Amino acid sequence: MNLNFSGPVLSQAVISGVMLGGLFALISIGLTLIWGVMKIINFAQGEFLMVALYLAFFLVSWGHIDPYITILVTVPFMFFFGIGIFRATISPILKDPVMNQIMLTLGVSLILQNLALMLFSANVQSVNTRYSSWNIHIGSVVISGPQLIAFIGAILCTLALWYFLKTTDPGRAIRASAQNPSAATLMGIDVPRTYLLAFGLGSATLGLAGSLMIPFYYASPTVGVFLGLIMFIVVVLGGMGNLMGCFVGGLIIGLAETVGAAVLPGSLARVFTFAIFILFLLFRPQGVLTKRQT
Amino acid sequence: MNLKAPYIRIVVIGALICLLPLFLSSFYMHIAVLVLIWAFLACAWNIIGGYAGQHSLGNGLYMGIGAYAVAFLLDRFNMTPWLGLVVAIALSAGAAAFIGWIVFRYALKGAYFALVTIALTEAAVYVVSNIPALGGAGGMQMEYHGNSLYYMQFAGQNGYFFMGVLLVVFILLLTQWYRRKRFFYQLIAVRENEDAAEALGVDTVKAKIKANVMSGVLCAVGGVFYAQYFLYVGPRSVFGEVVSVQILIYAIVGGLGTTWGPVVGAVLLVPLSEITRAQLGNSYPGSQLLLYGGVMVLTMLFMPFGIMGLAERLHQRWQHRSTTQVVDSQGGEAS
Repeated sequence: MNLNFSGPVLSQAVISGVMLGGLFALISIGLTLIWGVMKIINFAQGEFLMVALYLAFFLVSWGHIDPYITILVTVPFMFFFGIGIFRATISPILKDPVMNQIMLTLGVSLILQNLALMLFSANVQSVNTRYSSWNIHIGSVVISGPQLIAFIGAILCTLALWYFLKTTDPGRAIRASAQNPSAATLMGIDVPRTYLLAFGLGSATLGLAGSLMIPFYYASPTVGVFLGLIMFIVVVLGGMGNLMGCFVGGLIIGLAETVGAAVLPGSLARVFTFAIFILFLLFRPQGVLTKRQT
Repeated sequence: MNLKAPYIRIVVIGALICLLPLFLSSFYMHIAVLVLIWAFLACAWNIIGGYAGQHSLGNGLYMGIGAYAVAFLLDRFNMTPWLGLVVAIALSAGAAAFIGWIVFRYALKGAYFALVTIALTEAAVYVVSNIPALGGAGGMQMEYHGNSLYYMQFAGQNGYFFMGVLLVVFILLLTQWYRRKRFFYQLIAVRENEDAAEALGVDTVKAKIKANVMSGVLCAVGGVFYAQYFLYVGPRSVFGEVVSVQILIYAIVGGLGTTWGPVVGAVLLVPLSEITRAQLGNSYPGSQLLLYGGVMVLTMLFMPFGIMGLAERLHQRWQHRSTTQVVDSQGGEAS
């Protein structure tokens, strides 16, 4: 086995890992809200991101719209897309056993994945924007410009959602409904509507992620399979519903992927990521930042 | 009720199925073999997923262990698959016991259990893809020896078909037999209310580990059968999330925790998907998985207990109604 521990490679791997971690945090914020806070399980979350990536891709490559302006389309679209899927499939079985939700959303993910395969073929689609080759050099380390923007986007999105949940009325309604639906109803909160709002928001953040990712990422029918699993891993690592933890969880997995890829041969870095996930689930299921409840 | 009736039913239906090769062309015989492979795997998953209620999304791991064990041993040491089968059983039993011990000792359940099992089967894909001795990402082609019982290989589909019928009849008899045993009652108790089961003295962790081992070993046997039929194993064709989900779709649509459910699901869905693939596969790739997705969503929305579950409930309601009618009429006479 050829291990590579040279300094520049490793420092580049760390910087790339932090950037990738920001990206992972960005795509996981939505799941933190809908799974972490609202306890709705959506195994199709990765496929929602795939939809957003395709939407951003077509807006940029066919509509010749600046990728960062497509946010104005992708975010509202994904909001209503999420609400539509929620109303049609998840909301009727919200009170059924957890496993039924898993199976149902797995079904939704199969549908979305294979519809994309039928409509857009299995080809990996990426678009060259004027940001794509924008690199920032710091010493021997290179940071990709669009990735830095996605990183900043992840921070801003996390802060915005945190502020929304803590201080605004709808945000409080979301937390109240998650904590105790019947008490929330008695306090005059329209709980089903709040669930809808939370799910829509969780999906809308993926619209943002799709637009921020398309300058340096790609769209393909199976892009959501791995990223969807990453989302669940990041949310578990961060601690269910902990937004700041979600960011830290993203960084851990981002670093695991890039440092792992620099050190381990082939695609074995993935195994590293899964191993971290399983160890966390076994030994620290409450996540990195959350204190253990006794 | 005659206690032997369910066993007799299984054997008689199995015997009747053996007449199929007289009527089917080779294309439909291929589909029939696929039905048997997936029915067997779904029955195996049903033990941990249906009876114990632990929805593993990673049983492809054990199927892959079985398939790769025979393929590797045949390829490297020219070892007969019958010995390979023994190795496959031992390896999968070890893996399932170890994973079950870790996962259930830490009381991972529901979504967490599902996620861990996905992570494990996906990790297996990447591990196997990076081991050149196992053929790497390209997988392994197995040597064809013609009609040979020693190599567990047959010319044409009929040999595999009869082997498949034997396997499915075996797993149905096994499930039916265990249904009347303490072990399965423990599993059902765990599924329905784990805390109550624990309070009543069921060692729930031990019961779940046993179920995981039983399910894993049988999935490995299914994997051996799969490898022998296709004479090819690849990381994504026997390991990974897609295969694992495919295994459980049949059980869920057919009816979780019922003896016949997984078989009914496979009998309905496999031909449907194979014919869809044959008709539309070239112009619309993915059409059969789209179909599976749709069936899964509709099942969960309108028939969460699956076909056999629904039939069982209708049957119970009908029986219930007829008994209450009897009671009513007797009560009427007395007063």
